[in-house]
Amino acid sequence: MSDRALRIGLPVLMLALVVLVWDLAVRAFAIPPFVLPGPGLVFATLIADAGLLGQSLLVTLTITFEGFALAAFGGIALAIAFNQWRLMEYSLYPYAVILQVTPIVAVAPLLLIYLPQPLAVLACAWIVAFFPVLANTTLGLNSVDHNLIALFDLYKASRWQLLWNLKLPAALPQMLAGLRIAGGLSLIGAVVAEIAAGSAGAGSGLAYRIAESGYRLNIPRMFAALLLLSLAGVAIFFALSALSHLALRRWHESAMTRER
Amino acid sequence: MSSLGSTIVSLRDIGKTFDSGTTALDRFNLDVHAGEFVSLLGMSGCGKSTTLRIVAGLSAASEGAVEWPAGASKIGFVFQEPTLMPWADVAANVRLPLKLGGADEAQSRAAVAQTLERVGLASFAQAYPRELSGGMKMRASIARALVTEPELLLMDEPFAALDEITRFKLNNDLLTLWQQLRRTVIFVTHSVFESVYLSQRIVVMTPRPGRVFTEIAIDAPYPRGEHFRTSAEYGGFCRQVAEALGQAMAGDAS
Repeated sequence: MSDRALRIGLPVLMLALVVLVWDLAVRAFAIPPFVLPGPGLVFATLIADAGLLGQSLLVTLTITFEGFALAAFGGIALAIAFNQWRLMEYSLYPYAVILQVTPIVAVAPLLLIYLPQPLAVLACAWIVAFFPVLANTTLGLNSVDHNLIALFDLYKASRWQLLWNLKLPAALPQMLAGLRIAGGLSLIGAVVAEIAAGSAGAGSGLAYRIAESGYRLNIPRMFAALLLLSLAGVAIFFALSALSHLALRRWHESAMTRER
Repeated sequence: MSSLGSTIVSLRDIGKTFDSGTTALDRFNLDVHAGEFVSLLGMSGCGKSTTLRIVAGLSAASEGAVEWPAGASKIGFVFQEPTLMPWADVAANVRLPLKLGGADEAQSRAAVAQTLERVGLASFAQAYPRELSGGMKMRASIARALVTEPELLLMDEPFAALDEITRFKLNNDLLTLWQQLRRTVIFVTHSVFESVYLSQRIVVMTPRPGRVFTEIAIDAPYPRGEHFRTSAEYGGFCRQVAEALGQAMAGDAS
């Protein structure tokens, strides 16, 4: 069997095994659905509540994408600014770190006091997602081959030419690595903020559905919503990995397949 | 030896002390003549590369002056590593100096194609650096240095990392290019054999701080080829230069 087939086949086999054991355990021990629903019931709930959960998924994904877009833009722009103006880096970088190391779960309630709820949720998604973009892009911009910089100096390149033709392309691999982390984190940020917000309403996301179902002991729906969240996270990860691969495949070591 | 051209660049009492306190160069004097092929020979850390960087204006001398009697020359620089942009193909790498000078792709197409032809990379214009061998990367790097048609070509141990067969081939091709183009070349190397094979004049440097220990003229005619590399004359020059280098290093130890 080829390596590729094993890499896809084995996880699928594992999944089937876990679902089987789960199903058998629920039946064998007659576990009530409000403690642990069987996989069949979770799937049935997913279908039955498709309308409600789909709407919530859309809300969460919208916030995730908005948070991600702001994080990507903000992180890259700030990294470029730091790279161009050293004093700005010295002044602001410590605060970017503080923003990152303070647990978002603790910050979210505060944000909900000062900002209207949708904006607070968006701010949470942005706060957790922007730092990896900033840190990675900064690292990339600062790791440019010194001889290439000397070469640009020799030909009297302007600051703009140096940034556009050398620093940004050189930083692209690290920048994309940062974006890949940010994608997952913006989903986490959105979920954390929704749970902290906890208020009902038509515009409620998946995380709110989970909390609400928990209060109502609707455990099958909790699982169904959780499943959707996981799938969304996986989809975001794969989409960003594919983007990274497409952008780097022609030149960067990380995107190369090698024959042995 | 061919008649000397006018002086293209003069280094006058150049001193260079780094912030770390290391003195790389001390009262270094050198006149380079137009069209000349001159090598700076010395052990690692004797300030050869620093000298080139000062000539190129990439590093400022702590003391002394770099004078350009006929006005500042256009410079091409070849680093020890190929220093190519991995995200750009060979043609884009070679086009870079023209692009930074404000020329667009259409304007520089002919110059890029001609230069790639010269270094034997015409069929590799669309290849990415990672697809090239070490020798071919260095050819691309040389093409990039030549594309602006510089009067002065500075080469900082460009072939040090290559295997011997590739190095000999590139030595030969470099001499052919030099004879075609008649540019001035300052070539830094730590190899006695390479410096004798290539140069009209070898400047032997003392170890740190770098100073001119002696200058040796290699007045063998060009074109030089395999017959020169295996001749008694070549062996004699090598012995003479190696002895001078030995004395330069011993002078430091005493």
